[in-house]
Amino acid sequence: MKYKDYYDVLGVKRGASEADIKAAYRKLARKYHPDVSKEADAEKRFKEIAEAYQTLKDAEKRAAYDQLGKQQPGQDFRPPPDWQQQYGDTRFSFDDIDLADLFAGLRGGRPRSGQARTKLPIPGQDYEIPVSITLEQAYRGTDVDIDLSMPEYDAGGAMRRVPRTFKAHIHKGATDGQRLRVPGKGGKGFNGGRDGDLYLNITLQPHLFFRVSGHDLYMDLPLAPWEAVLGASVEVPTPGGPVRLKISPGTQAGQQLRLPRRGLPKPRAGEGDLFAIVQIVVPGKITEQQRAFYKQLAEVSNYDPRKQFKQEARNGN
Amino acid sequence: MGTELTEVLWLDEHSDLPLTRLAELSGLSEAELHELTDYGVLPPADPDAAPLAYRADCIVIARTARRLRDELELDVHGLALILTLLDRVHDLEAQLCDLRARQPRRIR
Repeated sequence: MKYKDYYDVLGVKRGASEADIKAAYRKLARKYHPDVSKEADAEKRFKEIAEAYQTLKDAEKRAAYDQLGKQQPGQDFRPPPDWQQQYGDTRFSFDDIDLADLFAGLRGGRPRSGQARTKLPIPGQDYEIPVSITLEQAYRGTDVDIDLSMPEYDAGGAMRRVPRTFKAHIHKGATDGQRLRVPGKGGKGFNGGRDGDLYLNITLQPHLFFRVSGHDLYMDLPLAPWEAVLGASVEVPTPGGPVRLKISPGTQAGQQLRLPRRGLPKPRAGEGDLFAIVQIVVPGKITEQQRAFYKQLAEVSNYDPRKQFKQEARNGN
Repeated sequence: MGTELTEVLWLDEHSDLPLTRLAELSGLSEAELHELTDYGVLPPADPDAAPLAYRADCIVIARTARRLRDELELDVHGLALILTLLDRVHDLEAQLCDLRARQPRRIR
């Protein structure tokens, strides 16, 4: 079991008053709560802060924590021999749990072995985990492997951490920010309480070509100047495979070409659209012959792409 | 032995949850859910129906409310205010994401 310095996490001295501890927690919780914070490591920091507060706000847990003595954070340690008799009549194996589990097993947390006989049903804890999938996986649906380590309690109230491994099928149509519920895959219920649920927070990995907005996709469509002027038939990638797209003569840069129902599928029915945004690109290097053609084009063309500037200048704007 | 394949449920507008079930899943009391409904942050599927039912995606709002209640020690009035502001933030983030998606990248 690794030692954590809960006082250090909350930024208070070991002799801090209850009020000081509460004030420090509130200040840090406002800053790092994952529902309101945009700090990069908000979730991890908030878990540490909440874990520290859960122990230090409770007088009995705080006394038990103080009895562990001050260690180096991250250092492996075991509670002193008389500690468990004094504070924890649960039958811990200290190798299977972490410090938070240890204090959750004390008064105010899960029932201790004596209290287990009260038979009050206690629901299992819900968990939320991020699941990152590719755009192709979102398009076709995918199975993701979930590996978790959860505290479990036996009938006598003894706790241990157990690995839980299963596959969850993400149906096609999940998109960035979607939440999915996996019933009964959270923490085990106690005394007949329901098992907790697992919530999957879906994030889509960035794609080389496609940018996601809901179930719609956007991509850049590079065209050569002559393709934009003369029109063309070009092959473009879509999540379902390449398609040919007809480019009308006189297509302008920035124009959006809509490919209906070529975006991401929606959960129940239908699909989003794919929008190809035209970009007119010019070759970086050209041959002498090509240069001659461009010069000839410049001489014969009377097209002025900046005509509007001159009109505005004439109007005095 | 193969790894167990488990059921995953959408949280969307196509399935409804009765108030009692939403209370059980979120950890909020029925009274708190009623109050949040009255504040307008938890819209019922049909405001005229009795008993009240909610779209499944309301679980996300209700669970957020429960977390904020427990971890920031907020009352229902404070929860309603924060949930309203969070909804506005999420709406603005979605608009920003949409604008970024429409923004052409530099092609090399």
